[in-house]
Formats: sequence, structure tokens, C-alpha cells
Amino acid sequence: MTVREIEYRDALNEAMSEEMRRDKRVFLLGEEVAQYDGAYKVSRGMLAEFGERRIIDTPISESGFAGMAIGAAMMGLRPIVEFMSWSFSLVAADPILNNAPKMLYMSGGQFGCPIVFRGNDGAGGQLGSTHSWCVEGLYSNVPGLKMAIPSNPYEAKGLLKTAIRDDDPVFFLESERMLGTKGHVPEEEYLIPFGQARVARTGKDITLVSFGRPVNFCLEAAEALAKEGVDCEVLDMRTIRPLDIESIVRSVKKTNRCVVVDQSWSFGSPGSEVAAQVHARCFDDLDNFVHRVHTADVPTPYATNLEAEYMPNARRITEAVRACLYLA
Amino acid sequence: MPITTAYKTEIQRVSILDEHGNFDEKLGKDLIPDADLVRLYEAMVTCRVLDEIAFKLQRSGRMGTYPQNMGQEAPSLGASYVLNKDDWIVTCYRENCGLFWRGVPMESILLHWMGDERGNAMPREHFATPIAVPIGTQMLHATGLAWASKYRGEKRISCTFFGDGASSEGDFHEACNFAANLEIPVVFVCQNNFWAISSPGKVNCSAPTLAQRALAYGMPTIQVDGNDLFAVVKVMRDAAAWTREHGKPHFVEAVTYRLGDHTTADDARRYRDQAEVELWKTRDPITRIYDYMKSRKLWDDSKEATTRERAAVNANAAVATAEGIAEPHRQDYFNAMYAELPADLATQLATHNTHSLGQTEEAAHVATEALAKAHASHH
Repeated sequence: MTVREIEYRDALNEAMSEEMRRDKRVFLLGEEVAQYDGAYKVSRGMLAEFGERRIIDTPISESGFAGMAIGAAMMGLRPIVEFMSWSFSLVAADPILNNAPKMLYMSGGQFGCPIVFRGNDGAGGQLGSTHSWCVEGLYSNVPGLKMAIPSNPYEAKGLLKTAIRDDDPVFFLESERMLGTKGHVPEEEYLIPFGQARVARTGKDITLVSFGRPVNFCLEAAEALAKEGVDCEVLDMRTIRPLDIESIVRSVKKTNRCVVVDQSWSFGSPGSEVAAQVHARCFDDLDNFVHRVHTADVPTPYATNLEAEYMPNARRITEAVRACLYLA
Repeated sequence: MPITTAYKTEIQRVSILDEHGNFDEKLGKDLIPDADLVRLYEAMVTCRVLDEIAFKLQRSGRMGTYPQNMGQEAPSLGASYVLNKDDWIVTCYRENCGLFWRGVPMESILLHWMGDERGNAMPREHFATPIAVPIGTQMLHATGLAWASKYRGEKRISCTFFGDGASSEGDFHEACNFAANLEIPVVFVCQNNFWAISSPGKVNCSAPTLAQRALAYGMPTIQVDGNDLFAVVKVMRDAAAWTREHGKPHFVEAVTYRLGDHTTADDARRYRDQAEVELWKTRDPITRIYDYMKSRKLWDDSKEATTRERAAVNANAAVATAEGIAEPHRQDYFNAMYAELPADLATQLATHNTHSLGQTEEAAHVATEALAKAHASHH
């Protein structure tokens, strides 16, 4: 039997198309999503199948279409809002941070906001600092939203289908660097629940906790470290909100060491949150403090070599693991 | 002929009953049946009485910051009067009169300003959204609501209200652009009261009218004397009908005046000329209808006294209801966070009386046990 492999972008496309066939309330809107098939071809062919009523090209106004989606969701529809890049969502901060995650609370439980905001997140393509945002640190601070960050095509499809069916606003953080990455995605339908981490690699010496694309760098580092006799366990968190802290605690109680790998800036980030919670929950189990691999506290560099070193990468992860194990 | 006119238009202004009592029979005849006019008048009086009581509540420490509606009763009331009951009305915070006409309880509005989210839980049957205090967000929500109606093939439209200051916000322009280009049935009603807190109109718009902002979006637009209930009813009825028929947006500038402060947090005497306020008092929408009804023998002193008395009784009853509601429990703030309470919040809920909010291992165990117990008893 052949294992079907498809690109990350097509996994996203399949998730949206399947959910749109299943639920007439779901529609997609954003810049260039219809006629042009999406700036990154994620919505390829969707206009032809679903028509312009459900695949909608918007004016270039992020605040406009994000805010409009809130109104549509308040009336029971389920919009998928595509930001060409999460970097561009900053001009829509008011609707996505100040309205959508608070609407249920501030309307006394009256109006929910079942919206998926999705788009490219993260650096690594020499797009310069204004176009290379990792928004997870900034946005995950806000209660009322959920945040998913898939690490490969299989995860992308299963998590996006769950996001579309979720009754709360979901921030779905994709990776432009992985859009062309191929991976196994079965023909048959599946969903991946939120708040349940995946053990991407089992190991006994140290726990690597990561989110999204850097999970792959952790696996790369783990393979290199295995040759040195270090056995890493790698957790793919899948969602940042809700955070599956129990899986992390379970793993750390086994390995007694933990490294968090997070592509956002370190100050007030998912990485710092994980570190704080692990320190509180596993205080007596730890052989060393939780080590953290983040991007440096500078704007994303433009130069190739600087950008590569700025990002969490296998080399930096390997160094952190060695330090945490007192091998450095 | 190298230079031609690319575009030319004019903006109409509608006035039916002016501040001197002149009534345009042609436009105003049969516009509002007498019985309805009496009810609309009573609604404005009740709204004004509540407004005065709310101001006193704030001054005596029984309510938080409150934006008085005084002087601006007519635009939202006229809109509510002509809209279908299931059209959306998407307001900011100077549309009390229109919300009450729809049936939104007065105590809801009071509760909101007393600082209680339960005041925002608008009963669904009123098709009203919670009061929007951030300037401008509601115009996009109104556009989305109307878009959803269109998506579902319904004839429902949205009518959204905002001030002259809000017309400077990007959200206003994005909403107009969206609604016009994607053909979405929204009536945008700008209540031009000339003051954005302490900023005079010139700070927000250099054009002679706000109505002309809509021209840039290819939207029909009109200006109305917003203190003239008759004119508002006509303009809103026409705009709503046009919007419903064409499935496209329409703009209305209602020229009115804020007789009070922006909110109880400022003192308008510090930035406004009192002579201007006195002038606008002569254009009060309530006295205008009062004088008209008296001249038409629809009204007399005894009816006026009864109306004022009833308004005070109703308003005071609403105050009693709002003040009488039990305080929310501390843990209630977790209730409406997500459709289903996620584990981390459940942990915080179970440990909300401790300093840790579930952050220590011990607290997490307590929370897990409490949740398991709750789960077991639930089944």
C-alpha cells in the first residue's frame, strides 16, 4: 500500500474544503483568496468549487475583514479569515484581540465568535523584520482565544479541521517555510483534538518541548544527540492555548530535564510560560533549571546568515541540551 | 474640450418640523400617525428622565462613568420606529432611546454602566448588539451581521450608529468600503453632534458635511435634521427601504447636538461656548414635538404631567431592578470565557480562592480532584 504524501499547503486546502462541504456556515475570506487562489496557493481551486459567495476576495483592509467576520460569526456563521501573513494582522489588533476573544464574555454569554484566523507565522525566508512576525508570544497572552501551531502536513490538516469546528476564536499559525513540505496525510478523515500534545519522539534523558516548525529542528537535534548517547523525548505541543501541561509534567517527571524550544522572543512567551509551569509543577524532579531556546531579542535580521542563527536551529538546540545535561 | 466634469453631485438635507414649529405638510402629512407620535414622544421623555436619573446616580457614586444621551434621542428612535423588528441595530452609546423602543430593558443599560457584563446580554429577540464603547468597532460588526443575512438569503438589514469622531477611524472607512464593494445591506447612521469629547468638528473633518464622506464609496447619502423626529423617520424609512431593495449600503448624517457632557468624566463647559449650548436647547427634539402636539390639540398639560409621572416611575423601577440584582460571584468570570471551560481555566476556577490560581503542583492536584468530583456528580 502506498502512503499518500501531500504538501502542507494542500493539507490546509483539504481541511478547509472538507469542512466547507460538511458545513454550509463555513466560508473563507481574505486578500486574494478567490481569483488568485491565495497569495500562497493555499485556497487553490476553492473558488471553482464553492463559488464567490463562499470564497471571498476582500479589499486590502485587515481590520475591515477581521471585524466583519466577527459580525458574521455573531450571527452564527463560521468564517475562516486568511491573513496573508500574521505580520499583517497587527493592523487588525482591535478586532482580533479586543473583540473576538472577549465577545462571549462581554456580551454576558450572548455572542460567541467561532472564527478561524489563519495565515503564515514565523521567520526564515529573508522577508525582513516587519514581515517575519512570530505572533504566538504576543497573542497567546490573551485569554478567550485558542491557538494552534501545526508542525507538519498531517498535523496541519487534523488541527485545522478541529479549529473550524471549534466554537471559540482560533488563531491558526501556519508556516510559510513549510508550505511546500510534503508529508503523510491519509485519505480518510481524521481530526486532532486541541490540548493534547504529541510525543514526536520517545526518550528517557531529557524532554524537548516545542511548537510548530521548530519541532522539526528538535527532532533533527535529537537524531544528532542520539549518536552521542543522549536519548531525547520530543513533545509537539500542537496547541499553545489550551496548553497540555500535564503531558509535559508527565514527561519531565520521567526525564528530570527539560528544554523549551520556541521561535518567539523569550520575554513573556510560550517558552517562558512552559518554563514557569514546569518549575512549579516539577520543582523536586528537576536536575537542572529549564533551559530555553528562543530567537534573540532583536528584530528578525534580513541577512541570510544572521537570520539562520537568530532562529532556533538544531545546533542551538543541541547546545542547550548538552548544557542542561551538564555535558557542555 | 480637454477639461470636463468627472463627477458632480449635491447632498440633500431633509427637515420637516423645524425649531420654529414650521411643518412641511407635503413631506410630513401621514408620516407618523397621531397615536404613534404620542408613544414616540413618551419614549423620548422616558429616555430623558432616565438620563437625568443616571447622571445623578453617577454623581452620588451609585454608577460608573455614564454618557448622557440628552438631546440625541431622535435619530435612534426614528430608526427603531421604521426598521423591521428583526433588522439588526448596532449601536455605540448614545442610542438608548432606540434600544428602549425595541424593548431592550432600561435596567440592562443601567447595569452596563454600573459595571456589570450581565447588562450586555441583550435578549436575542431584540436583534441588538451590546453597547460598543471602543470607537468604531461596531460598524464592522454591523457589516458582518448584514453580510451574514445576505449569505443566508434573508432580507434582514443592519443599521449602525456612530458619532462624528468615529468617522475618522479606519474601521469606519473599511466598513464603508467593504459594504459598498461587496454589496452589503447596511445603513450607516452618523450622529453628528459636533463634538468628539472636547474636539470640535473641524478636528475630525474638513469637509462641509460628513454625509459627503460616503460619496467616496459610491454610496447614496443624505443629511437630516437629527433633532426633527419627523425628518428622521422619513429619511430612515427611505434609506432602509432602499438598502433592503438594493442590498447595498446607504449613509445618513443626522445633525444633532449633545446637550450634556461627553460622559460624566468631563465637563463640557471647559471647552464649549455656553451660548452654543443655549442655542441648541432651543432646537431640543422633545420640546419640538411637544409644541407640535399642543398646536395640533393632541396634547395638554394634564397628559404631560401624567407622562412625566409615568416616566419617573418606570425609570425608578429600572434603577431599583438594576441595583437590586445580586452581585456576581467571583468565580463567575470564568463562565463565559469559552464555549466549554478548558482544563487550565478549570484549574484556575477550582483554585480561585488561593493565591496560586492553580500554578503549584499541590493546587493542580486539588483542582484535578475537584474537577473529577464535579465530573462524576454531573454524570
